[in-house]
Order: sequence, then C-alpha cells, then structure tokens
Amino acid sequence: MAANETHRAIETVFRIEQARLIAGLARMVRDVSLAEELAQDALVTALSEWPKSGVPNNPGAWLMAAAKRRAIDQFRRHKMLERKHAELGRELEDERDTTVEAMEASLDDDLGDELLGLIFAACHPVLPPEARAALTLRLIGGLTIDEIARAFLSNEAAIAQRIVRAKKTLGAAGLTFAVPHGEERKERLASVLEVIYLIFNEGYAATVGEDLIRPSLCAEAQRLGRILAAALPEEPEVFGLLSLMEIQASRLNARTAPDGSPVTLPEQNRARWDQLLIRRGLAALERAKTLGGANEPYTLQATLAACHARARRAEDTDWNRIAGLYDTLREVMPSPVVDLNRAVAHSMAFGPDAGLALIEEVEQSGALPNYALLPAAKGDFLFRARRQTEAKAEFERAAALSRNKREKEFLLKRAAACG
Amino acid sequence: MRVMVFVKATKDSEAGLMPTTELFEAMGKFNEQLVEAGIMLGGDGLKPTSVAKRVAFDGPKRTVIDGPFAETRELVAGYWIWEVKDMAEAVEWVKRCPNPMPGPSEIEIRPFYEMSDFGEAVTPEVAELFERTRDKMGDR
Repeated sequence: MAANETHRAIETVFRIEQARLIAGLARMVRDVSLAEELAQDALVTALSEWPKSGVPNNPGAWLMAAAKRRAIDQFRRHKMLERKHAELGRELEDERDTTVEAMEASLDDDLGDELLGLIFAACHPVLPPEARAALTLRLIGGLTIDEIARAFLSNEAAIAQRIVRAKKTLGAAGLTFAVPHGEERKERLASVLEVIYLIFNEGYAATVGEDLIRPSLCAEAQRLGRILAAALPEEPEVFGLLSLMEIQASRLNARTAPDGSPVTLPEQNRARWDQLLIRRGLAALERAKTLGGANEPYTLQATLAACHARARRAEDTDWNRIAGLYDTLREVMPSPVVDLNRAVAHSMAFGPDAGLALIEEVEQSGALPNYALLPAAKGDFLFRARRQTEAKAEFERAAALSRNKREKEFLLKRAAACG
Repeated sequence: MRVMVFVKATKDSEAGLMPTTELFEAMGKFNEQLVEAGIMLGGDGLKPTSVAKRVAFDGPKRTVIDGPFAETRELVAGYWIWEVKDMAEAVEWVKRCPNPMPGPSEIEIRPFYEMSDFGEAVTPEVAELFERTRDKMGDR
C-alpha cells in the first residue's frame, strides 16, 4: 500500500473510532478537551507506527490503549511535579496516588455505554441548544469545526468559540459522563432528542444550491437516532423520533421540483418516496408504540407522518385519523403551530367551515402574528367555502408576510385565481 | 451515501452449506456493531441459485432459465444496505467483517445512484412519466 493510502486508511479508522475513543477517555479523565487531545495523540502515534507494523486487528482497542497509557503518564508526571513542589516547603501529602489507581482500574472497566454517556454529556441541558448541537456534531459526528460552521451558515471562529465555551461549561458542571437514570434520565433524554431533531431540521431546511454539508445533516441526525435506538432499546420516544426522521427523510427527493422550487406534500410524486426509509420508519413507530409511547410527542408526530407515508395517493390520506391525532398532540404538546396544522387537518376531514372555526381561535389568541402560513391556510378554507372575496384578501395578506420568493409567487397566484 | 454490500457466492454457499455456529456468532457480533454505529439499514442472506430463476431478455422475447448458475464467483450469496460517509468508511467496515465463507471469499461494495447523480436526466417529462406510473399503481 502506498504511504498516503495507508494514511488515508488510518484516518478512516480514526474517524470511525473517534467518538468511542473520546467517550472512553472522557469517562476516565472527566474532561472533554483533554479526552480529545489524548485521542489526537493516539492518532499521531498510529500514523507513525501503523505504516511500519500494519493496521492492528482491533484498531479501536489499540487506539484506546495508547491514549489511556498516555493519560496515565500525564497524570503521573503531574503528580510528580506536585510532589516536588510539596518537598520544596509545603507538607508532603500522605494520601495515596488514587487518581492513577482509579484510572488503571477503569482500563479494564468496560461499561459499554461510554458513547451513550458522551451523548448525554454533549446534550446536557446546562448548554444552550445550539451549543449542544455543535458539540454533538463535533464529538459524536466527528465533523470538523469548518464543516459545522458551513452546516449552520456560521463562521469558523464563532463555532470554535461556541464549542470551547460549551466544554468549559461542562467542565465547571463537574460531569461524571455517566448515563443518567430514573427521573434525571427523562429530562436529560428530552434534551438529547431535542438536539438530534434540531440537527435534522437544519438539514431539512437546506435548499437547492446550498453547501452539500447542510442536507447531509439529515443523514447525520438519522445516524445519531439509530445509535441511540441501539443503545436505549426500551425508550419509546427514541424510536418515536427515529421514526419521525426516517419518514420525513423518505420524502427528501420528492419535495423539490427539477427547477429547485418546493413541492408541497399533496403534490409530491410518491413514486420518489424512499420506501426503505418508510419501512424503517414504520418499524420504529411500531416499536415506540409497543413500548407504550403512543401518546408521547415524537411518537404522535411520527404517527402523523406515517398516515401520509401509508397513503399511495394524496386523496387516499386518512384525514379523519390525522385530525384526531392533532387533537391529542395539542394536549401533550401545546403550540400555536400545532393548532394551525390541526385546523388544516380538520378542514380536510370535516370541510372548510370546521377549519375556519379552529383557525379563528388561533387568530384570536394572537400567538402567530405575521405568520404567513396562517392567512394562507385561512385563504384556502375560505376559497373552498366559496367565499372568494375574503379568500383573496387572505392570500394577499399571506403573500405580503411571506419572505420566500417562490412562496410569495404561489400565494399571489392563488389570490389571482379568486377572481 | 448509501451502499449495497454484496457477499459473493462460493462453491460452499452454492452447495447450500450452512455457516458454522462460530461464524453465526461472529457475524451476529459484526451486525451488532453495524447497528450500534447507526450505519445498518438492512440486509439478508440468499439461498443458493439451485432455487433461483433468471429471465433473459432479447427484444420482445422473454426466456426463463432455471438455476443453478455456473459462474459462481459472480453470484451473490447475501447483501447489506449501509448508510456511510464515503467509500473509505465502507471499505473499513468490510475489512472488519468475519470471513463469511469457510474458504477464500469476496465482498463487493457498490454505491447507490443518488438523485443528484441523474442531474439533467430527470426532466419534467421524466418526472411526469413517474407520476403517471404512480397514478396507475394507485388505481389498482
């Protein structure tokens, strides 16, 4: 193998092993930055040794052993320095070298859930959601700072700073990098799922012509969801979120027309939906329900997504069921956007007047001022109720509020069609 | 990127020889690693071509050919579908797979076409053709 080919192979091995490596080291040294440094050192050692010795059979274990040896060396040196200082005047501490002992013990202590512990740490609620997302992509996804910056339409310096600050906050919080249990698990898991869905949605929001790293965030989030599902096979909402992402991702190819304009759900060419992802999504949904998650927010949203995925044609959509699901969703996840979608579902299931009654409630609550989709939906209900003059006014209002050029054009066309 | 990973057939797999308990275990562990890494989308093993059929096309003509088929090395004995970052990652994972056969064997990695690969080929007319196909499927 040519030298640079070997280097590339080593770097690929490292990319695969990196998250586990950092996770194991973080649990040992209780410090993310140090864990990252130690992992990097192990890579440097591998790059100098493997071209001569060949890639070991279990490269992950090799890298981990190399990094842990280095960690212990560092701590020993650190301790020696401390002792020398002590000898110079202060009282010699009598206590045993517990840190090194604990670390040596942890060498044999394979808990198997170190990666999970690192995911929970990176998504800790002490961090703001954007910091959690950046840290998760860096530590678990193995993305570079530059890639993360491009993914979030930000610049490298800002992301680097966000990550440094996040690591400091985690350090100050004195984390053990253990997987939380019981009541704490619930809150911490919610924080993890929120971050994964945030990453997914950032990818989903990407438009044609943007840096390709952005749409790849969807795949990254799905992968995180799958890792989590393998590690937490009893958590219904993990499968709920995974199902939601797989089903939404199944439509990625169908939601853009050849000219780059967005295609709405009822108009999508369903032959282009990814059936493999739909099957996976439906299987994850079954699992979420079996585990008792039927009325949890992500599982409910996945159930809604599945209603569309199961309909061969737009007109086959089970709107009655969808309307009922939104009734439940607004109880467990109250939000004006859910209420707006609920009004749309009711209009499809029970006619435009049912939709109008509900959308007027949303309007009166004042929760969605300047939200273009509200007058757009209302315009559609009025149009279908044959109240063309009022419909026209709503479409025009929506077009004026919309900040998306193609959406604006679409709404003005609908206004014009009202006569 | 999505890849299909083919386990190529051997004389043994074509003879319907079942894997040993040790291989089953090793393969189970490997599959577990794939799932834990979040890259496994699906996969299965295939029966030997003694129970397979082929349909040969020549213009309008269709000829059904019964297995088994001769060119063993070109046959497929099983497959996975993985979602990986690039081919290098797929290669690295394949290297970690236990030898799926008692003797020498081969595994082949093939990337899927993605929508962006088609580029200009997906014209509005092609899209419309898909649309009509879909409508017919729905009419059944």
